[in-house]
Amino acid sequence: MGTGKTATATVHTGATGAGEERLDALLALADRAIDRARPGEAIEAYVAEGVDTDIRAYQGEVESFTAATSAGIGIRVVRDHRMGFAWAGSLDDAVVAETVEAARDNAAFATPDDHVALAEPDAAPPVEVDLWDAGLAEVDATAKVALALALEAQARGAHPRVRQVSSADYGDSATSVVLVSTTGVRAASKRTSAYASVSVLAGDAAATQTGTGFSVGRGFGALDPDRAVADAVERAVRLLGAAKVPSGRATVVFDRRVASTLLAVLSSALSGEAVAKGRSFFAGRIGELVADPVFTLVDDPTDPRAFGAARYDGEGLACRRNVLIERGHLRRFVYDTVSGSRAGTASTGSAVRGGFSGTPGPGCRALTLEPDGRGWDEAQVVANVGEGLFVQSVTGVHSGVNPVSGDFSVGAEGLVIRDGRFAGPVREVTVASTLQRMLQSIVAIGSDREWLPGVAAGQTLAVADMQISGS
Amino acid sequence: MIESPVVERVLARGLQHGGDFAEVFVEDRETSSALLDDGRVEQLSTGRERGAGIRVVAGETTGFAHTADLSEAGLLRAVEAASAVARAGGMAPSGSPVAFGGPDGRGRPDFGDAPITLSKADGLELLRRADDAARSAGDAISQVQVGYGASRRRVLIANSDGLWATDDQPRTRFSVSCVAVGDSGLQTGYETAARTVDARLFEEVSVDDLAGLAARRALGKLTARPAPSGEVPVVLAGGSGGILFHEACGHGLEADHIVKEASVYAGQVGRQVASPLVTLVDDGTVGQEWGTAGVDDEGRPSQRNVLIDHGVLTEYLWDYLRARKEGRMSSGNGRRQSYQHLPMVRMTNTFLLPGDEDADEIVAQTPYGVYVAKLGGGQVNTATGDFVFGTTEAYLIENGKLTEPLRDANLIGNGPEILRRIDAVARDFAMTPGTCGKDGQSVPVGCGQATLRITGVTIGGTAE
Repeated sequence: MGTGKTATATVHTGATGAGEERLDALLALADRAIDRARPGEAIEAYVAEGVDTDIRAYQGEVESFTAATSAGIGIRVVRDHRMGFAWAGSLDDAVVAETVEAARDNAAFATPDDHVALAEPDAAPPVEVDLWDAGLAEVDATAKVALALALEAQARGAHPRVRQVSSADYGDSATSVVLVSTTGVRAASKRTSAYASVSVLAGDAAATQTGTGFSVGRGFGALDPDRAVADAVERAVRLLGAAKVPSGRATVVFDRRVASTLLAVLSSALSGEAVAKGRSFFAGRIGELVADPVFTLVDDPTDPRAFGAARYDGEGLACRRNVLIERGHLRRFVYDTVSGSRAGTASTGSAVRGGFSGTPGPGCRALTLEPDGRGWDEAQVVANVGEGLFVQSVTGVHSGVNPVSGDFSVGAEGLVIRDGRFAGPVREVTVASTLQRMLQSIVAIGSDREWLPGVAAGQTLAVADMQISGS
Repeated sequence: MIESPVVERVLARGLQHGGDFAEVFVEDRETSSALLDDGRVEQLSTGRERGAGIRVVAGETTGFAHTADLSEAGLLRAVEAASAVARAGGMAPSGSPVAFGGPDGRGRPDFGDAPITLSKADGLELLRRADDAARSAGDAISQVQVGYGASRRRVLIANSDGLWATDDQPRTRFSVSCVAVGDSGLQTGYETAARTVDARLFEEVSVDDLAGLAARRALGKLTARPAPSGEVPVVLAGGSGGILFHEACGHGLEADHIVKEASVYAGQVGRQVASPLVTLVDDGTVGQEWGTAGVDDEGRPSQRNVLIDHGVLTEYLWDYLRARKEGRMSSGNGRRQSYQHLPMVRMTNTFLLPGDEDADEIVAQTPYGVYVAKLGGGQVNTATGDFVFGTTEAYLIENGKLTEPLRDANLIGNGPEILRRIDAVARDFAMTPGTCGKDGQSVPVGCGQATLRITGVTIGGTAE
């Protein structure tokens, strides 16, 4: 279906989840759930409701248009230092009552543990971060469809070597979340987000390369589809003709997206729970020099520019700025209530949870590195590194990076760096080291911070002495 | 789950505004899980989700909406939303009546046989037994995490072509994850059993054995040396993961990638794409494997599909919509994570048929290389064919014998090149369960293979 045909499209999405009234309604529902607490019980109710739109364009047509609402509740019950959890994909009062009952029954089977408790309000005040773009609700389906179609058309015509646009997507969501507990926590927040994403194939069938570009924002108006197309095309086209390089040791410059991925992996070793359970190579090393002194890592969800910015954490406590590694010294792990208690400290406001069907655990939301002070962007880092490998994408992070042992081995694509400039394209190689050694071998941290989706911002990052496996 | 007159009215509404295909997918999913970690039962969790996903197709466009409201009014609201795009197209109502007559998954239309479930207490007993078994495998075992999960997924799929299909899919998994501590730091070991079956999984699977295997894997790596770097011959053990084929060609044979020319296997049917030793099958009907189901998530009965026959590419994997467009049958590979997702072409159980060599003999005839006893995950770019897969238990082969254990590493290769380099396949076939992610959706899959050798793969270790 073409652009013109969708001019009158309207979409009924049911509850819009938009206004403050809606948050009040969800709070009332959560209150009714925790009112079911029996003497000696603590109950927490987490209620989420969202509206999503996803549009995929292909060859000038709308391939798919998804309009959806979803809602659900997650209940934790604590009694006698035992915790039980249950969830349901429904906000029906009868279902909520059953869910409380199921969580209560589950609690009876847990092992008693003095550290098990629900969060209690602490002194940290919530920081106002505006995550709601009221304009998103005013954008009609026609404009969203037009954006997806334009994204696809623009990518197809962007470069003579682009032979196919394998996906072009627009999506947005508006989500409301409330969390209340019998221990006095009361948090309500809402957020909107929108994205445009495009993937292209360049070259001929015998020698294809791929590239993906995207733009994310709080609302429709924040998107930059031109940037998404330009990124996708540049990434695919510059890899054409890529080949293996000989094995050897080299300095590797990680592109901002890849650096963001690496920080996300590193963050799982900074979880207070992983540390307490002996599943982190950082365990027992607080105060030690674990990284090059140029390395300062901060998790700051109170920075409204961060994709993961949030007012409240996954237990309803205020999010706060936590300095994790400072000039190479390990300073702090991130904790939720239970892991904080186990470590003899308090929550750092770092509970994260995967929606209403998940339980909270400690994690990072908005990691950034302090730039190294030299003010370099990507080109300047490359120029100063002189010789090495620039990596624009990695694969196998899930299978090849182990945050417990620190072993690091990933597939990589990118460009050879010669005489401080990009030389030939590279594919089908791996780069390997250990996370421990990589932290000690940082040679540059760019000042080119980009607020990427996920839990970490991106900055060009150069790491010395990595093993390249190729031909 | 929903009466057929209601479904008929919903489908009719979907076609009323110009849609030429409408489908209702209803799902009712119950899950329960338990986790024992750090010696404590930390969490019992139960969940319930029910809802419907409704598709309306008009020309090239699919409108999709989902709802947790299974009342007729709720379903009608969803079908209105799904057909909004079609309505804008202004096509004439097709108004074709719907007559249902499709297959019922496994002949259980009424979901009569409730799955056998473990009591919470019995489930916890299994967790504790596994914890004990893992810890008793060696003093260096410092941490053990044991998880148990059971789910029951009941689905009803009805569409405007007259299909009416139901299925009842019980799934059970049990996994053990260990950490061992030594002079060289921490190492990890993992093992899991997962099948499309109820609590009878434990009649066939010993949790003590699983725990022992996970623990030995962690312990063995304490003395491991860094994996080599560069291209080496690789022997993959039977049942080591089978992920090689899942990544090296399985994804590349999915029709959605093929029609968008985003696969190195597009236009290759009838051609030799692999060593003659390779016969690759995708089969959603195999026993109780993790990727098995009565019908796929578009209501098509699962079937056996030979994808590569003695090295020659014979067929791709198809979902209903793409097959319909091509005037052919779906291969039973339309799957979705839940009612909140659109179906896509997905693998079920993908495996290499066994060969006739002896597994030990293959190792004995390998002067130097890497022996992979267990693989972790992998990832592929279907358009270039480049893929990676990770090792979680591997050894050096020297003079035809396994010598030193190796630390974890990824291997990287190009699908079509690697498939041509398979020069030996043994008889010792085994399947393993996995979770396959594509476009943000996860579905359970099985992978299988016998011991095999690849003459050269690049391994990404840190040894020079």
